Amino acid sequence: MKRVFPILAVLTAALLSYALYEALVAAPTEQTMGDVQRIFYYHVPSAWTAFILFFVNFFASIAYLVWRANKADIVALVTAEVGVIFCTVVLVTGPIWARPVWGIWWTWDLRLTLTLVLWLIYVSYLVLRRFSSSGQTPLLAAVLAVFGALDVPLVYFSIWFFRTQHPQPVVGGGGSIDPRMLHVLLINWLAFSCFAALVCWSRYRLEVLKREVDETLALEALLEPRSAQTKTSRYGSGG
Amino acid sequence: MNYLYAAYVATWAIHIGYLGTLVRRYSRLRNEIAELKTRIEEK
Repeated sequence: MKRVFPILAVLTAALLSYALYEALVAAPTEQTMGDVQRIFYYHVPSAWTAFILFFVNFFASIAYLVWRANKADIVALVTAEVGVIFCTVVLVTGPIWARPVWGIWWTWDLRLTLTLVLWLIYVSYLVLRRFSSSGQTPLLAAVLAVFGALDVPLVYFSIWFFRTQHPQPVVGGGGSIDPRMLHVLLINWLAFSCFAALVCWSRYRLEVLKREVDETLALEALLEPRSAQTKTSRYGSGG
Repeated sequence: MNYLYAAYVATWAIHIGYLGTLVRRYSRLRNEIAELKTRIEEK
């Protein structure tokens, strides 16, 4: 595994570079928006990747609630954390695109507001995991994640069923897209998905290691008073 | 064009920032493991 990771990291870096070249150079320029439309190649794949990570978080949380499996809990934590990062990218690149196209940075449109709510739900999930020291934390977090995941389909389908300022879906929603643009979009999505998988993998390893260290420290703390007691008794008998 | 570059730079700044926190957490954990090993060996 240790040998596979650097190879995959190099391949992902190459794929990300190729995707960047495709997005900035090879993709055709959109007629009305011009070059600013190219933000779409980072904004949309980041949103799709975040949705997938939140779905994995949902299934891992269900698995934790059913089987109380430690691995499922770690997967849930890791996917929520990386998902928040990708969702942050969506919330940052969206307004940067909106400013020149709509003339405003932000509007309380349904899609935008639900995305912000989604981000806040998972940030609160991470805050709960970070600052609660209760033994029930993974259980509470899993329940929060199950309810939080309900927002994902709401975000995704909000532009299908409601009139919003956000552009209509260009893939699978009756909209149309130039095949070359679609190719660049999918290449970028593939690149960001590989990147997300690698980041999740290293974050998973980090979490496993952290829990092992925490367990050892706890064990050490449990054994500490006993050895101190033995010392005291020995000193007692010696005096 | 500035908006385009701003979006791409912001995206990579967020990702690199997060990777930086992972690296920091890794090195902190490695130090903790080294400390733990020394303590166990001393006992």
